[in-house]
Amino acid sequence: MAMLHLVNKSPYDGSGLNTAATIMRSGDKLLLIEDGVYGAMKNGKAAGLLKGLDVSVLGPDLAARGIPEDKLVDGVTIVDYAGFVDLVDANEQVQSWL
Amino acid sequence: MSDTKKMMYINRRAPYGTIYAWESLEVVLIGAAFEQDVSMAFLDDGVYQLTKGQDTKGIGMKNFSPTYAALGDYEVNKIYVEKESLEERGLTLDDLQHLVWEDEDEDYAEKDSIRLVTRAELADVLADQDVLFNF
Repeated sequence: MAMLHLVNKSPYDGSGLNTAATIMRSGDKLLLIEDGVYGAMKNGKAAGLLKGLDVSVLGPDLAARGIPEDKLVDGVTIVDYAGFVDLVDANEQVQSWL
Repeated sequence: MSDTKKMMYINRRAPYGTIYAWESLEVVLIGAAFEQDVSMAFLDDGVYQLTKGQDTKGIGMKNFSPTYAALGDYEVNKIYVEKESLEERGLTLDDLQHLVWEDEDEDYAEKDSIRLVTRAELADVLADQDVLFNF
């Protein structure tokens, strides 16, 4: 049973990313949306949480916040809304860490 | 005018995820019209409000970030950005908009509005205010 974990809050303004990152099991995926995308910025203190995880970020939310691709942690995948749907479809469960 | 108060608007939220950032900007612009001595502080996730290159077409929300560049025209030219908050988020001043104002007393010389301050320096700035507004 693979689970898609959704985080929509900044890692500096809530514990969602920390909880998601530490509870994820092998094969699970993480998708950062809305203010959650700040968690994917390299050089930020929270960047270390993503180590070893399968991480995607929602492109339109990156663009809205002025975050260019080269500011992201290496290995992070950018998806569009269709990619969001594909991730939901590909995993048996979806957990939103609101 | 002796009624002038020092008003500080404290911004601690990222833009778009909540309405706080936009609401703050609207209140600041209204307050500026009443000739008060207005300052703004950006700390914690509030520093994200000032990042350059914001493009909200894909999320269907108004991009209000260009409005920050107009603050100087409303004599809102004391914009304090906290150093510790930038560093924690892996940001530098280069990631933020370059906000300026024109000094009428010096032949409209263009001057920087953003003042990078440490938390300790910000504490002193806050202590000097008459009114604090939080967003």
